[in-house]
Amino acid sequence: MPKEVCGPVLRYIIRRLLQMSGVIVVLSLLLFLWLRSLPGGTVSAILGERATPESRARLEKALGLDEPIYLQYFRFVGRALRGEFGASTGVLPGRDAFDIFLTRFPATIELSFLAILIAVVVAIPLGYVAARSRGGWLDNASVVASLIGVAVPVFFLAFLLKYFFAIKWGLLPVSGRQESLGCTRVTGFFVLDGLLTREFDCSWSALRHLILPAFALASIPFAVVFRITRAAVLDVLDEDYVRTAEAKGLTKQVIRGRHVLRNAMLPVVTTIGLQVGALLAGAVLTEKVFAFGGIGEALAIAFQMRDYSVLQVLILMAATVFVVVNLLVDISYAVIDPRVRTR
Amino acid sequence: MMSDAPLLSVEDLTVTFGRRGQEPFRAVDGVSFQVRPGQTVGLVGESGCGKSVTSLAIMGLLPQRGNTVSGRVDFEGTNLLELSTDDMRDRRGRDIAMVFQDPLSSLNPVVPVGVQVTEVLERHRGMTRKAAMPVAADLLRRVGIPDPDRRIKDYPHQMSGGMRQRALIAIALACAPRLLIADEPTTALDVTIQAQILALLKELVEDTGTALIMITHDLGVVAGLCDEVNVLYGGRIVERGARHPLFRDPRHPYTNGLLGSIPRLDAVGERLTPIPGSVADNLPWDHACAFAPRCSQPIERCTQVTPVLEESFGRALRCHNPVEVPR
Ligand SMILES: Nc1ncnc2c1ncn2[C@@H]1O[C@H](COP(=O)(O)OP(=O)(O)OP(=O)(O)O)[C@@H](O)[C@H]1O
Ligand SMILES: [Mg+2]
Repeated sequence: MPKEVCGPVLRYIIRRLLQMSGVIVVLSLLLFLWLRSLPGGTVSAILGERATPESRARLEKALGLDEPIYLQYFRFVGRALRGEFGASTGVLPGRDAFDIFLTRFPATIELSFLAILIAVVVAIPLGYVAARSRGGWLDNASVVASLIGVAVPVFFLAFLLKYFFAIKWGLLPVSGRQESLGCTRVTGFFVLDGLLTREFDCSWSALRHLILPAFALASIPFAVVFRITRAAVLDVLDEDYVRTAEAKGLTKQVIRGRHVLRNAMLPVVTTIGLQVGALLAGAVLTEKVFAFGGIGEALAIAFQMRDYSVLQVLILMAATVFVVVNLLVDISYAVIDPRVRTR
Repeated sequence: MMSDAPLLSVEDLTVTFGRRGQEPFRAVDGVSFQVRPGQTVGLVGESGCGKSVTSLAIMGLLPQRGNTVSGRVDFEGTNLLELSTDDMRDRRGRDIAMVFQDPLSSLNPVVPVGVQVTEVLERHRGMTRKAAMPVAADLLRRVGIPDPDRRIKDYPHQMSGGMRQRALIAIALACAPRLLIADEPTTALDVTIQAQILALLKELVEDTGTALIMITHDLGVVAGLCDEVNVLYGGRIVERGARHPLFRDPRHPYTNGLLGSIPRLDAVGERLTPIPGSVADNLPWDHACAFAPRCSQPIERCTQVTPVLEESFGRALRCHNPVEVPR
């Protein structure tokens, strides 16, 4: 990156980081209050409705739920800042909630990341080509494909892929994240771990397990990114500066890259950021179909059992990911668009 | 300095736009004119008369679909309309360059201005970005941008409108083209900046010997700049002449009307007389004079017979009942 881009971008990042921490703090309060306002509660979930008032009171005291809610919140924040989120009460009773997060979350992130990667790598070139051949057969075909992508529920697509590619034709594994190869764990991202420890068969196995769920999940961002790219390219092609570029006799490659795509990427990048929420939700469903062992299953049990610790850590971390991705989006926006960073 | 062989010779240029469910529309209808090396030729007319379409057709920049172009555009003996898209790409920006109306939207907002200058040099001169940068800075200096070594890193939104138009002119002149087409280059600018840009264009084309096609709806712009003026109405040339004779005694009622609607400093108190009506009132050229419904002195023939463009003594006129020359 040239020097005159770096400085302003850095200042921009710091400003956004501050905003971001504010968002997370507010969110943590809302989440805390919301969870405690849900009907039922941890104690009823564990002891059942018929427990005696004495045993309820004892459990409440043990869990610290008898204190005033603001005290509970301050205690939660104080511990969270030290990286402690308390013990699970329902998913794996007694286990540290943060541990549960650490074992579950990488699976979901790995899956979502590959899904968005597939979507972007296919959707952006396709969107460009479709826009350039507006009204042609390729354009029409890909618009229809993207409509199908929007319309078909992700778990249904997951079932279809699993049925054909795993069960019927046996090309790819049916479920799970990896064969049991005795792989060394480093980060919890299995593909990455295999590369780090040079256990390439571990990476390969993890990748094969990822393919079907990732393609199923990719259908969500694919459809959106494709349509936004196509629309953005169509808009940019009508811009005066593209005509200027043509009037300069520039080569097709330069016009495509520097003048059309660079401008068309602005709305696309924003869209990708906004897709992360839908992607995490879709990941929960996809994980279920492929028994993938991400946060999806843990979230479901935690909700049933009103496992506040696990819910708090998982939801806050998911929100953090969402906010961080959108920060990255804004940064790339600032790198692409000088009007943002020099404002 | 002017030789007689034309640099550009447009012959019977016709551009037709197909419109869904309607008659095809001839935006440019048999236009012919010539530009000699170093000459400045004006293309004047109201909005919608086909000025931009004419220039885009010469540049080969009309949309790929939805229109048909016929006639000839001979540039140094080659018919540009018959060139392949790749050959045309080689000539655009090198032999013929263009400056557009709106300097903000005509520059890429996410690319530094310097790069937008160097990319032409890289493309047509085979220079590297590094070698082209000082040349680009020089070009910016020549078009009157102060502190060009710093300005070269600016993005378009960091420049004023006048400066952007100067940058666009620098881009257009980067490869020393033999023909420059300027499509209303000052319309989007303040009046004072307009005058500066026009003076700059005049100076540059005189210095470099570049021929210029000046497209404008403003006869005032033409008056200070052009050797010869073509007046367009409804896609056809209705009058042509050298600047002085044309301004002294306009023969076509439309030209006369245009002259009547320019504010003049020496005519304080005199009322401006705009041409009544609008292009929406046009008759089709096929059986009439398109201008007849708005004309100040129509005769019966005007709505029955299409007038032809008649040339004599360097003047061309398409009118059944021309304005009398005062004796
Ligand atoms: N791509 C197009 N498709 C259909 N019609 C078009 C297209 N481009 C231009 N036209 C029509 O051709 C006619 C001439 O347009 P042109 O842009 O040449 O006008 P102009 O003389 O440059 O006017 P202005 O002063 O407003 O720029 C107009 O009636 C316009 O509607
Ligand atoms: Mg125009």
